[in-house]
Amino acid sequence: MHPDWPASPSKAGAEAATGPAFKRELNRVYAMYTCSFVLFVAALAALEQMGLPRQWIGFTFLLGTTGLYAAIGIMCRTSDPVEYYVAGRRVPAVYNGMATGADWMSAASFIGMAGTLYLTGYAGLAFIMGWTSGYCLVALFLAPYLRKFGQFTIPDFLSERYGGKLPRVVAIIATILCSFAYVIPQLYGVGLITSRLIGVPFELGVFLGLGGILVCSFLGGMRAVTWTQVAQYIVLIVAYLIPVVWLSVKQTGNPIPQVAYGYQLEKLSAVEKVLSKDPGELEVRELFRERSVALERKMANPEAALAADRAAAIQRIEELKADTAHASELAGAERSLAALPNEVSAAVQVWAVAKSVADNKAQALNGMPAHATPFAGDPQGDAEARQAFDVSRRNFLALIFCLMIGTAALPHLLVRYYTVPSVQEARESVSWSLFFIFLLYFTAPALAVLVKYEVFTHLVGTPFDQLPAWVAAWSKVDPGLLSVADMNKDGILQLNEMSIGGDIVVLATPEIAGLPYVVSGLVAAGGLAAALSTADGLLLTIANSLSHDVYYKMIDPNASTARRVALSKMLLMLVALAAAYVAAQKPADIVFLVSAAFSFAAAAFFPALTLGIFWKRATGIAASLGMLAGLATTTYYMAVTQPWMRSVFGITEPIRLWWEIQPISAGLFGVLLGFIVIVLVSLVTPKPDARSQRLVEYVRYPNQKET
Amino acid sequence: MAFCTRKLPDMRQITVSRRGYWSQNLRIISALLLLCCSATFGVSYFARDMSFHFFGWPFSFWMGAQGAPAIYCLIVWFYAHAMRRLDAAQEREREAD
Repeated sequence: MHPDWPASPSKAGAEAATGPAFKRELNRVYAMYTCSFVLFVAALAALEQMGLPRQWIGFTFLLGTTGLYAAIGIMCRTSDPVEYYVAGRRVPAVYNGMATGADWMSAASFIGMAGTLYLTGYAGLAFIMGWTSGYCLVALFLAPYLRKFGQFTIPDFLSERYGGKLPRVVAIIATILCSFAYVIPQLYGVGLITSRLIGVPFELGVFLGLGGILVCSFLGGMRAVTWTQVAQYIVLIVAYLIPVVWLSVKQTGNPIPQVAYGYQLEKLSAVEKVLSKDPGELEVRELFRERSVALERKMANPEAALAADRAAAIQRIEELKADTAHASELAGAERSLAALPNEVSAAVQVWAVAKSVADNKAQALNGMPAHATPFAGDPQGDAEARQAFDVSRRNFLALIFCLMIGTAALPHLLVRYYTVPSVQEARESVSWSLFFIFLLYFTAPALAVLVKYEVFTHLVGTPFDQLPAWVAAWSKVDPGLLSVADMNKDGILQLNEMSIGGDIVVLATPEIAGLPYVVSGLVAAGGLAAALSTADGLLLTIANSLSHDVYYKMIDPNASTARRVALSKMLLMLVALAAAYVAAQKPADIVFLVSAAFSFAAAAFFPALTLGIFWKRATGIAASLGMLAGLATTTYYMAVTQPWMRSVFGITEPIRLWWEIQPISAGLFGVLLGFIVIVLVSLVTPKPDARSQRLVEYVRYPNQKET
Repeated sequence: MAFCTRKLPDMRQITVSRRGYWSQNLRIISALLLLCCSATFGVSYFARDMSFHFFGWPFSFWMGAQGAPAIYCLIVWFYAHAMRRLDAAQEREREAD
């Protein structure tokens, strides 16, 4: 079958395949699947009670779920291009909604979001609103029209609408850029979960998880990925809800956490007030303040301070060598001497980081804002407080804007709407997608509040020798994720003596709440499902873009379908290995990579796509320039303001923010500039040809047939 | 180009009822977009002033965590529903011609 525009499968075939019988069959299969999954978890819970070791539970979960995904991949193997690229365009709206839910909810949503809410309170709601409101834009501006167009990729649409090679080339670059930036955090999440679940090293965990992804998307393309994602959605939503419901019953007696946590939030705010005046806390904060002052003094005279540090370390080793009673501490002392930086500039950097940590921990509540209070600063306060309030609010709104637009522009998400049978189903499918995502997103703030209440009232105040085992277990995985130190030597854990990384809040919830280990395994399996399903969709998008857009559309238009699919599979393997290699290096900033992916997608695609559909006057050259301008502005802003990017590009001049907007919202400038460039350039370039105009007419009217 | 060989409708054939369809669509989109933006940016902008109690939550917190996402769900559902009706009406009109 030659996939010309407008490409739709033969009408009779499509109706038979999407008919009620097909849906009934799907309902039956997935109902059976859900029941077996519940039984599987119940059986493991029973085995745990009978004394099955934890390692085994983790292992069973990992093997059971990834094995299942791989099995679906094998059952759905295909080399037909319509099946491989768009799952045969017969995925019913509900199932496409579930698949989109899993595709969309990444490691960042599952693992990271509740953690961000835990750490930042109201500010974290920007992620909830941004990531859900994006679906309004998908439904209103994109999904129905892309489905009507009915090709295979986003570059397909841009190049048909705007004509010529340039829009396609720019779109391909942007697709690969944002998908690759987004796939690395997923693989990082896979590594994190696997290493905690079965105790293998992080790097090995990344490659193990990758195996599951590859079997699935390699054999069956979009078809296998779609049906696996439905299975993964079921795992991840069950895994997310169970611990929160359990925690809610434990704390409030109400099994609906989304309703119950309002009053817990009230209580939490009261506990926050008590903790910020607690004498133990004040003592610890004073110690951190002193540490910060000492570091500042060091930084004022770095040469002498470094020499003094080195002399002190050498003296300590000499003392330990002389005193055989403390020989065991010798190795530690030698390590700390070796860890001292050689260069003064390196030492200053280390001290600056340590100072910012100490400054943070010198504040009330470990530097976390009061959970329920919107924005920093005070609108009624002095000039500085008013300024802080204004900047904090502006950044909150800018972040929502970026995440919203980015959601509506991520190529791996938009291609999902090519897979439904009709325009009506595309619209309905968005509504199902959002509903399935909503289930998790309106639970995340409840999870954050309940866990925070548990930590503030139960964990804080525990004597150090009675800390639960999970504290040590997580510190072992990575001290950056969880560490405790008795600063004031009172033998009791104060809030400011604990550092917790946002990435473990969800994964550690079952342990924090004291639930059986099987729930921990379940949550890890859910996180793995979220990360794997997103990685699947992203890798497939990159590989298809390379094989379909670059090879078939630009290098060899006569390539046979078998050859294109084979090439796509090979590329998928290569891209996956490259991504796993990068992820295994633990690149500095995971949150930044996620936000970068959204900013790139927003700036590159949203203006060109929406204007392409809603404004017939938008011209090809204008769209290409707008996409390039958007991408360039976003990249430039990140490069000069984001610490990690600055170090990559070796930029040393002081950071100058535009209107105080943080680098995480860099896409804001790109999107606005993209719109301006496309509109202005379109008005001074000749009108698009009749063909482009007819295409716009064609995608606007769902009932219009091709002849 | 394979696309050019396809028979596509002439621009002149576009009837008044089709223009009506599109402008109706644009009207629905604008109204829903306005609702979406005021639930998101409007409420967030005035978040400090809207911190009155709402079943335990400060109202602005509840809106961000649950209210706004629920409104988005309704917006998307309503759009799918309204457009399905509009599509059907247009189809009937076409058959009547």
